[in-house]
Amino acid sequence: MPIRFPRLALAALLPAMMAVPAPAQEQPRSQQARTDLVLGMRLEPPHLDPTAGAAAAIDEVTYANLFEALTRIDADGKVVPGLAERWTVSGDGLTYRFTLREGARFHDGTAADSADVKFSLDRARAADSVNAQKAYFAAIDSVETPDPRTVVVKLSRPDGLFLFHMGTGDAAIVAPETAAANKQTPVGTGPFRFEGWTAGDRVVLVRNPDYDGPKPALERVTFRFIADPAAQVASLQAGDVDTFPQFDTYEALPQFKDDPRFTVTVGTSEGETILATNNGRKPFDDVRVRRALAHAIDPKMLIDGVLFGNGVAIGSHFPPHRDGYLDLTERYPYDVEKAKTLLAEAGYPDGFETVLKLPPPVYARRSGELIAAMLAEVGVRASIEPMEWAAWLEKVFRGKDYDLTVIAHTEPLDIDIYARPDYYFNYRSERFLALEEELNRTQDAARRKSLYGEQQKLLAEDAVNGFLFMLPVTTVQKAGVEGMWVNRPVQANDATAVRWKP
Amino acid sequence: MLAFLARRLLTLALTAWLATLLIFALLQLVPGDPALLMLGTAARPDTLAALRAQMGLDEPLPLRYLGWLGGLLRGDLGTSVTYARPVAGLVAERMAVTLPLAALALLLSTALAVPLGLLAAARHRRAGDWAVAGFGRLGISVPSFWVGILLILLFSVKLGWFRAGGFPGWGAGAGPALMALLLPAAALAIPEAAILARVTRSALLDALREDYARTARAKGLSGAAVLLRHVLPNALAPVVTVLGLQAAFLVGGAVVVENVFTLPGLGRLLYQAVGQRDLIVVQGIVVILVILVVLANAAVDIAYAALDPRPKVA
Repeated sequence: MPIRFPRLALAALLPAMMAVPAPAQEQPRSQQARTDLVLGMRLEPPHLDPTAGAAAAIDEVTYANLFEALTRIDADGKVVPGLAERWTVSGDGLTYRFTLREGARFHDGTAADSADVKFSLDRARAADSVNAQKAYFAAIDSVETPDPRTVVVKLSRPDGLFLFHMGTGDAAIVAPETAAANKQTPVGTGPFRFEGWTAGDRVVLVRNPDYDGPKPALERVTFRFIADPAAQVASLQAGDVDTFPQFDTYEALPQFKDDPRFTVTVGTSEGETILATNNGRKPFDDVRVRRALAHAIDPKMLIDGVLFGNGVAIGSHFPPHRDGYLDLTERYPYDVEKAKTLLAEAGYPDGFETVLKLPPPVYARRSGELIAAMLAEVGVRASIEPMEWAAWLEKVFRGKDYDLTVIAHTEPLDIDIYARPDYYFNYRSERFLALEEELNRTQDAARRKSLYGEQQKLLAEDAVNGFLFMLPVTTVQKAGVEGMWVNRPVQANDATAVRWKP
Repeated sequence: MLAFLARRLLTLALTAWLATLLIFALLQLVPGDPALLMLGTAARPDTLAALRAQMGLDEPLPLRYLGWLGGLLRGDLGTSVTYARPVAGLVAERMAVTLPLAALALLLSTALAVPLGLLAAARHRRAGDWAVAGFGRLGISVPSFWVGILLILLFSVKLGWFRAGGFPGWGAGAGPALMALLLPAAALAIPEAAILARVTRSALLDALREDYARTARAKGLSGAAVLLRHVLPNALAPVVTVLGLQAAFLVGGAVVVENVFTLPGLGRLLYQAVGQRDLIVVQGIVVILVILVVLANAAVDIAYAALDPRPKVA
């Protein structure tokens, strides 16, 4: 008897296997261009409210697709009209007057007017706000709504990045009636609206037929969450996924580059990847030690070893594609002897022991291993301690309990973090603070550029952190997909201009 | 039998309660703050405090434990701090993937292992035996996630018969859902089947050496009949034990395979929740897993009692 049971079960299974047709492709490739897109992402967003969380995955689903903010950051990082079709700035830089699009509506059919903007901005800067970028709204003194299409924002101090910040996902305009439920059922004003979320698998957005602006070519965008590197590669090769932006299985890139079925683009992100150094802890409080580390690390080897050549070296905390960039990559050429001399001068002729704490991303773990090997060459014995995100944030970032760590700072134009008191670098420089203060009250573009240059030079001179490379944005997609962003000026997968080649 | 069942139930309740205490206490030791994780590197102290209050993380620990335990007794697992949804709903959604996956894997591995074990025992020290031994050794050495990757490469990338992971949901119909579970179930089943086949084989061989087997043979029964009718039923006890252990493992330990196949199962929810320090979700899942393991063990004990008529359970 016992033997018959499994046989029966197997026999029952076989027809089931045969009966189901093989779903190789959702839609057969016909003459007509496809209007759906399956987009792969490594991480699933915890929820879908960009105004209540820092997880990049939230913006990577919702930004520009589902939610809109007053302004919008385009593929090149420029500030362009969003929900506000135009604006004026007063001469003193304190009053911004936004005019909203006439026919803008939320996905539930209600009008998106100045009251919604006031609600969104006031909510983000309120005492009980849980906005991850509350600082973006800190300069706002008042929000006035003279009429339904006009919003007047008064600042208490000039803020050169205000229009940029008002274009981020954190500044998304939400409606008071639906804001509380946006985490699970987001309601925005964008060209796509939310259709469904199969937790652990995918989020589906569909074209918003009532959108008042230009309609996207795609009718349906499916965001699929695939964490495993091998599974990411397989999903592309099996044709399940059409485009995989921010594909970080770098070792698989050559194979896709050689395959005519796929295109690979390599663009820039805002992620300055650094060997963050605890300037407040011995021996890293000595600038000679920090400079020795800078000489001991060969960024070229890191870029080849970690990113398979797809990256750009940096010499300070500033992206090369931004206005005001200063090339400081030659400041500390790779030089083992020089590093040893500097260490000896600082009183460490035999080097020292240290701990390198590494968060989970691939770039951090692999850079860390190579860096530890390079430091060993100059006598610095770094033991590696891998950490989860939660532990890294708690211990390294908040607790400042670390010597060295590798991390990419992905917020745009974030050189101001070196001016923050109590930031985890433990860096203090009166000169930097003075530069930052002047930068904040300067509107003149040329002067701003030179101030940014001064800041970069100062950080390089002080060798605050090891400046390694810009994290690239590599996208692997089917050859027929057009219109995906190549660069990532903000964390986003803007699908509004994506189409299939006919 | 009734007293036996009652005792099992009492053990189950006690184990479950101890598990809640242990799980809660241990998780408090893990570093990491879900509010900080949610807000990331730009978090300001006032925003963090506001979010912590919203998440209910500012209450004292004993109060949080009692609140959670009270909820458990009422069947309320609490609300996830990251997903802002009831834990019970999240778990139920994921169970709808994990339980069928485990059942399918168990079915496949039994269907594979018992015939293989029978073959090996019947062909003891002959080609069939060696073949099964080879499969056994290979299956034990190969981890299931790697089998999974190979299956994906063959059946999805090369042949295009299956999707390379993902789950359409039961809403899409039983056919597509089962299709999505078949490869991962096979990936789980192959290593399990290897172990099970070896256990089956040695249990059969042991039983074959018993007097009753020789007697049955002397009576004139064919080798196959002796094996199937007399030896197999007596050799099943160790097989069932291993099966029980595997069932428990399959529910809780499928996380790696779920990752490879991007299945929204319980293991992946647990993994994500740990990463996000969504402790209430972790607590809920672990308690459920403990109960499932205890239940699986109880089922094995009861199956023993049923398989072995000698009254040694009293």
